[in-house]
Amino acid sequence: MNQQYSTVAQRTSSVLETNKVLRNTYMLLALTLLFSAFTAALSMFLKMPPMTYLISVIGAMVIAMFILPRFANSTAGIGIVFLVTGLLGFGLGPILSLYAALPNGSNIITLSLAGTGVIFIGLSAYALISKKDFSFLGGFLMVGFLMVLLAAVANIFLQIPAMSLAISAVVIMIMSGFILYDTSRIVNGGETNYVLATIGLYMTIFNIFVSLLQILGIMGNDD
Amino acid sequence: MEWMQIVSALALVVFIVVLLPGVIDRVKNSPKGTSSDWMNFVFIMLIIIGFIMMLIKLV
Repeated sequence: MNQQYSTVAQRTSSVLETNKVLRNTYMLLALTLLFSAFTAALSMFLKMPPMTYLISVIGAMVIAMFILPRFANSTAGIGIVFLVTGLLGFGLGPILSLYAALPNGSNIITLSLAGTGVIFIGLSAYALISKKDFSFLGGFLMVGFLMVLLAAVANIFLQIPAMSLAISAVVIMIMSGFILYDTSRIVNGGETNYVLATIGLYMTIFNIFVSLLQILGIMGNDD
Repeated sequence: MEWMQIVSALALVVFIVVLLPGVIDRVKNSPKGTSSDWMNFVFIMLIIIGFIMMLIKLV
C-alpha cells in the first residue's frame, strides 16, 4: 500500500515538474521573442549594414554553443539567453530592411511571421496534446541538419537560386521536426532545463522565419 | 563581398565540425521508430508542405 502511495506521489511530482518546465519555457520564449523583435526594430532604425547579420549569427552561435551550457543551471543562463536572442534579432534587422524595400515586402514579412507562428503553435499543440514520443526523430533530424549545412556551404560559392530555395524548404521541414522532438522531450521529461529548452525552440522559430522569408521573397518576385 | 562568403563558409564548417560528435552520438543512441511513427511524421510534413504552398500563393 505504501509503495502504491509512493508511486502515485512520484508520478504527481514528475507531472508537476514537467508542467513547471513547460510553463517556464513558454514564458521565457515569449519574452525572448519580444526582445528580439525590439532589437530587430532597433537595428532597422539604426540602418545597420547587411554584414551585421553574419556577425550577429556567428556571435550568437558561439555564445549559445560554448558559454550557455556552462550557465544553463544558474540565473545567469537567463541573461545569456536574452543576449543570444537579442543578437539574433539585431542581425535580422538589415535582412528585414532589405525585404521591406521590395514592392510587396511588407506582405512577405507579414506572411512569414504569420506562417512561422502557425507552424510553431500547430506543431507544439500537436506534441503537447498527443503526448507522442518523437525521440525516434533525433538521429534523422541531426543527420538531415548536417546535410543541409553541407549544402549551404556549397551554395555559398555556387550561388544557385533553386538550391537556396530547396535548402530553405528542407530547413523548414527539419526545424518542424525539431519542434516536435524538443516539445515531446519536455512533455516526456527528457528535458528538464527550461533555459536549454527555450534556446532550442527559439532557434527553430528563427530558422523557420528566415527560411520562409527567403522562399516567399524568391517566389513572390518571379514576375 | 567575397570576404563575407569566406567567413560564412568557414563559420558553417566550424559549426559542422563542432556538431559532428553530437550527431554521431544521436544516431547511435536514438530509439527506433515504428512504421506508424514514421507515417505519422510524413503526414505532418505533408501538411507543412501544403501550408507553405498556400503561403506562396498568397504572396
